[in-house]
Amino acid sequence: MFSYVIRRLLGAIPTLFIIVTLAFFMMRVAPGGPFDSQRRLPPEIENNIKAAYNLDKPLYQQYFIYLGKLAHGDLGPSFKQKDFTVTELIAEGLPVSARLGLSAITLAVLMGMLMGTFAALRQNSFLDYSVMSAAMVGITIPTFVMAPILTLVFGVYGVSLFGYDISLPVGGWNGGALRNMILPVVVLALPQIAVIARLTRGSMVEVLHSNYVRTARAKGLSSYKIVIRHALRAAVLPLVSYLGPAIAGILTGSLIVEQIFGIPGIGRYFVQGALNRDYTLVLGVLIYYATFVILLNLLADILYAVLDPRVRYAK
Amino acid sequence: MSVPFSPERTEEIMERAVDIKGRSLWEDARRRLFRNRAAMVSIVVLSLIALLAVFGPFVLPYAYDFIDYSVVSCAPDWWPDPSVLCNAGGAHWFGTDSVGRDLLVRTLYGARVSMAVGVIATLVSLVIGVAYGATAGYLGGRVDELMMRFVDVLYSIPYIFLVIILMVIFNRNFFLLFVAIGAVEWLTMARIVRGQTLSIKQKEFIEAARAGGVGPFGIITRHIIPNVFGPVIVYVTLTVPSAILAESFLSFLGLGIQEPLTSWGVLISDGANQMETAPWMLIFPAAFMAITLFCFNFIGDGLRDALDPKDR
Repeated sequence: MFSYVIRRLLGAIPTLFIIVTLAFFMMRVAPGGPFDSQRRLPPEIENNIKAAYNLDKPLYQQYFIYLGKLAHGDLGPSFKQKDFTVTELIAEGLPVSARLGLSAITLAVLMGMLMGTFAALRQNSFLDYSVMSAAMVGITIPTFVMAPILTLVFGVYGVSLFGYDISLPVGGWNGGALRNMILPVVVLALPQIAVIARLTRGSMVEVLHSNYVRTARAKGLSSYKIVIRHALRAAVLPLVSYLGPAIAGILTGSLIVEQIFGIPGIGRYFVQGALNRDYTLVLGVLIYYATFVILLNLLADILYAVLDPRVRYAK
Repeated sequence: MSVPFSPERTEEIMERAVDIKGRSLWEDARRRLFRNRAAMVSIVVLSLIALLAVFGPFVLPYAYDFIDYSVVSCAPDWWPDPSVLCNAGGAHWFGTDSVGRDLLVRTLYGARVSMAVGVIATLVSLVIGVAYGATAGYLGGRVDELMMRFVDVLYSIPYIFLVIILMVIFNRNFFLLFVAIGAVEWLTMARIVRGQTLSIKQKEFIEAARAGGVGPFGIITRHIIPNVFGPVIVYVTLTVPSAILAESFLSFLGLGIQEPLTSWGVLISDGANQMETAPWMLIFPAAFMAITLFCFNFIGDGLRDALDPKDR
């Protein structure tokens, strides 16, 4: 097990290396540079600026300089946000994005499993059909449609329940206040809730028909115990392997959600950076994302082995 | 007691056998698909939307980029009263946008672009994915390992980030947008085709072909690719909506289709900005897109049920 983890971690290094190399050269092939502007700078100043950021050197030298700095954990200065290094920008945005993403994934797993389990227990009932059609809606309606619609209903028109005004702020982060987090987290979680509910229902239906559940029932266990102690354990396995794609989906969604709700996370930096050719910022965020996804995939595989004793990574 | 062999009897049996018609895999699948109500309704609805998208803009009296400042942000009015200023130039069934362009014609034009992106990007991903997967699966060994390793690497980046970088490179070129989306959607296709190829290449008919002197290229194109068609066609119907989504996603972020040309993503993005004052600008394009995505998903599910022999 331990050697498997080490092997996988070592395997991640060439993967990251390829991603960095691909992204680096792709960004540079793009026409236009970070210091193109409407007003033409005098050539001396332009040269000085380029020299300061090593942009005057040949591309392959820039690449090696970047790699060398990267090895020391230095992502370089941001080209556009003056006086900030990429590391500083990411350090500023990461807690916000992480909080948003983790809340969303937690909500998605809890709600998805709950809905999927209930749907499976009442298979082909009205409850089952309504949960599954809700899931279909969640899967097909994209984040960037759901976000404005929910904002319109809960933020702009405002909703009141039993005389209390429960309308929510339409944007802003406000230091991560609960009221500000509800809408973005829900929007981000909805598609994942839908997929997880479908997955859970599918595997739960299968497990509930298996022999050992019938045995448990024959022993006279309460159905509560059967579900919690026996069925659910086997039914979460497909969920674990879905964890990787779920994280990727939440990262992708966070680009949109951070944009719409004006949340100061790193997803916004990526889009802005790509639009105004802030090479180092885009690369830095991409490296962060890729590392994150690779690590989480590894975690999912390990978790899978822990949960399913039939899977062994001894080799 | 056995009936003695005679030419007459053989002929009689043969004659009876002529009337028995076998059902092929595809015929079976078609029957099952036709019985799936959700899938059939989806096919009809989708065809309607496609017909509207293709022919609608010719029939409607407005051009998609015709700006009319006298009818800015008019609400949809289905029983037009000519005395109202908004209806001076004719009815706008879906209302108008913030510079007075007719939203119905723009939604249909957006449908053209979005569907074209969906189909073309899917074709690109189909060609790359099938060729790549079949080659890796058939050649096997080191080559296979290397090729699939590359796929794994690309998998570990959330693919939309790649498209964003590609769009920056291609400077938002309209056609390259299609290719860029297709170029990242092929990964799953390649994996599916490879898996199928691995099992097919063990079959006798491949061995027979090899014994008959057919080269690797011939075997892949003539014998393997036709036989992986089933799972591939299911995945194709699921790739189209995800390509449409990817395009709208990019357009929403301002990286996709450029004005005055439009797509559902652009319209939804505009609509989202104006939704407090002009909710119809969000609702109509969003509804069209959601219905289309629904249809593709139902058809995909229906095809999977029809083609998957496990559920027989």
